[in-house]
Amino acid sequence: MTKLDAKIPAGPLSEKWTTHKNNLRLVNPANKKRIDIIVVGTGLAGASAASSLGEMGYNVKVFCYSDTPRRAHSVAAQGGINAAKNYKNDGDSVYRLFYDMIKGGDFRAREANVYRAAEVSNDVIDHYIALGVPFARDYGGYLDNRSFGGVQVSRTFYAKGQTGQQCILGTYSSLLRQVDKGTVVMYPRYDVLDIVKVEGKARGIIARNLVNGELERHSAHAVILATGGYGTVYYLSTLAVNSNASAAWAAYKKGAFFGNPSFVQIHPTSIPVLNEFQSKLTLMSESLRNDGRVWVPKNKGDKRKPVDIPEEERDYYLERRYPAFGNLVPRDVASRAAKERCDAGYGVGDTGLSVYLDFKDAIEKQGKKTIENKYGNLFEMYEKISGENPYETPMRIYPAGHYTMGGLWVDYNLMTTVPGLFSIGESNFSDHGANRLGASSLMQCSGDGYFILPYTISDYLADDIRTGKISSDTPEFIQAEKNTSDKIKRLLSINGNQTPLTFHKKLGKIMWDYCGMVRNEEGLKKAIELIDALKEAFWSDLKVAGKADELNQELEKALRVADFIELAKLMCYDGLNRKESCGAHFREESQTENGEARRQDDAYSFVAAWAYTDDENPPQLHKEELVFENVAVKERSYE
Amino acid sequence: MNIKLKIWRQKNAQSKGKFETYSLNDVSPEMGFLEMLDYLNQELISKGEDPVAIDHDCREGICGSCGLYINGQPHGPEPKTTTCELRMRSFKDGSLITVEPFRSRMFPVIKDLLIDRSAFDKILIAGGFISSNTGTAPEANSIPVCKKKSDKAFDMAACIGCGACVAACKNASAMLFVAAKINQYALLPQGKVEAAERVKKMVAKMDELGFGSCSNTYACEAKCPKGISVSAIAKMNREFLHAKIVAE
Repeated sequence: MTKLDAKIPAGPLSEKWTTHKNNLRLVNPANKKRIDIIVVGTGLAGASAASSLGEMGYNVKVFCYSDTPRRAHSVAAQGGINAAKNYKNDGDSVYRLFYDMIKGGDFRAREANVYRAAEVSNDVIDHYIALGVPFARDYGGYLDNRSFGGVQVSRTFYAKGQTGQQCILGTYSSLLRQVDKGTVVMYPRYDVLDIVKVEGKARGIIARNLVNGELERHSAHAVILATGGYGTVYYLSTLAVNSNASAAWAAYKKGAFFGNPSFVQIHPTSIPVLNEFQSKLTLMSESLRNDGRVWVPKNKGDKRKPVDIPEEERDYYLERRYPAFGNLVPRDVASRAAKERCDAGYGVGDTGLSVYLDFKDAIEKQGKKTIENKYGNLFEMYEKISGENPYETPMRIYPAGHYTMGGLWVDYNLMTTVPGLFSIGESNFSDHGANRLGASSLMQCSGDGYFILPYTISDYLADDIRTGKISSDTPEFIQAEKNTSDKIKRLLSINGNQTPLTFHKKLGKIMWDYCGMVRNEEGLKKAIELIDALKEAFWSDLKVAGKADELNQELEKALRVADFIELAKLMCYDGLNRKESCGAHFREESQTENGEARRQDDAYSFVAAWAYTDDENPPQLHKEELVFENVAVKERSYE
Repeated sequence: MNIKLKIWRQKNAQSKGKFETYSLNDVSPEMGFLEMLDYLNQELISKGEDPVAIDHDCREGICGSCGLYINGQPHGPEPKTTTCELRMRSFKDGSLITVEPFRSRMFPVIKDLLIDRSAFDKILIAGGFISSNTGTAPEANSIPVCKKKSDKAFDMAACIGCGACVAACKNASAMLFVAAKINQYALLPQGKVEAAERVKKMVAKMDELGFGSCSNTYACEAKCPKGISVSAIAKMNREFLHAKIVAE
């Protein structure tokens, strides 16, 4: 086991980034034209990095699986984006935003990175306003803010329930502007299936053109992965159904360490499962908990309509258990509390696997119009899916797999353990510790792409100004293409009976049952056995319709599921190794008398970074010790 | 419920397509329309037939990937609903449902129900942005924006780029799509600087690509899943005239 060096700059916390920026090397404008960069993914992180790098004068190629960059799943982020502007004069500051994230992440994130994310958050808002993003405003014409779970200030900027969509449209517009200028070339409808290393450095990718099925080699001086999270490992999640981990997994297999893979956020307010063919779970923004009150009946199995259950027979369990934060406790706490009530038999709906989110009081106090202004489109979305009108009857919600705090391990420069391979946004592990606070994902993705990576990558690229074009005809590229092509041939030749979807659903169930909201040693060990058996079945009984050299969505799924199966096992290893509870990672063996997570700082105050060995042997654990110099590490309490 | 499906099948862009009919039993009314097609695809694969190719992703009405012509209407029968948000409870037991890709010469079929909408990106590349480099922005609250205008800009920005407006229009006009973007930026002080150039460039690109003109049938508004109003088109025309006459 080696100790990892995160390359955190010396000096006081609030000066680290400024000092570091002043010491980073630059690439002059003429030399930037000689440097090629590949960006994989066009969500907020990928598109903001690609457009910024294009503006700086680098040659950028950007890849996404959708037909246009605008569709990346950042579009689905509803509630908002945080910044430490202190526009509400409620005592907010960069330090408080930093502290809330460190505490919310249950002291399992790196101080310096989190502080920097908070520091650049204000620049992100300024930039989005300049790009014409229509954030909500008050009557004086100034920007409005609302509050979000796990904090006591209002620092969240929002555009109704479409904040992610509006941020992505701003970012995508600046990306298209660079396409117009010729600095960025878009490759839509591509899956990136391998990372190519030359002399130890990331120098390119193998991508499959999804329209004609051809494999292509693309070379560059550096590769940036902005591929999002891997929540679809659960099959049912709030993610887009095509979201996948394949590029990140390829990076792992090429030597990039994977940080805290078991840290997955289960979002407390999703529309519950309504039918057996359900393909995804739709999120209802956490912002709804600002005005909605969560409750279940006090009596087990109370089958009355929610509106017929009198006030005194309702258990507002979040307000009861956490009086200080009430309905605005962090996501992991709210999710486990819902599971606890449902497991105890108080859940509502046909399956008993949901709780109420009620707007009756808010509508009475503020009027229907105000509530409609705040959440109109979310209410509409809910009604379309469930067929029920949330203005009249409470919503029914249940937790769903949502966001992965885990991801590729990166140092302070956002570089993975493979030189020249960077990872930004949700695809890296860095800023959210063991639990992400609401509205800090858009913030981190944008900060990474606009204001952090463009500086740090230039320092790396300063060594490449004389390298010249990277050839994609070298043995490394040829071999990587052959490996990918062989894998595709193998998948198509199994000719078994079960479709990729069948395997994905089976994998999802294993992970939800044993590596979901609550974990224990026995369950995780069982999950590993089940995953091994599933992997064997996958490679012997898979049926993939169609051919390799055509548009083949079944093959796309098969490639993704093959990687998810392997990643799932790594998640279980990590969950098993971490015998403490922290944030979203709840080990039953480590809890307080009140059923809250019990951290074990002496033994587990580290980032678990896993290194790939080979397909037969377990991964190797490396540790990055977490040092807290600026906050007092204490038990996280929201009571 | 049991249904019959008449689905457009086309092997690739070059080949000629045709309708195939399928029966599907035990469909749940709670299923989404795309989940029903997932179900059909599993059945087809088990019979050794090729599954139907469809564009889809977020499945919550926000990414704009999905777009099918269902019983002759873009996104099907429900107002302000994308294909992925459509539930099978909108159809009767025993009904025949016709499923085609968005019908428009501007969106060529790639395979089955999957189409090429890259023309939309091309229009936006021509000028659908505010030219502000990373790092140049002033403090966010230094530019107050009247709430009414800001809210309107949001309504215009709600376009998800699905293409239903073009598919609904007998002239294959992209005016609603283009007008929404023009208006969003024209309403905001940040976007005003380039407003004249923007409208000229985007309209020129739209014409060059071969999108038709607007003949005021309002079909686009009726089928826009985000309810963008055709009043946007009138405002775009005004912006265009202003740019051509006054600004020059």
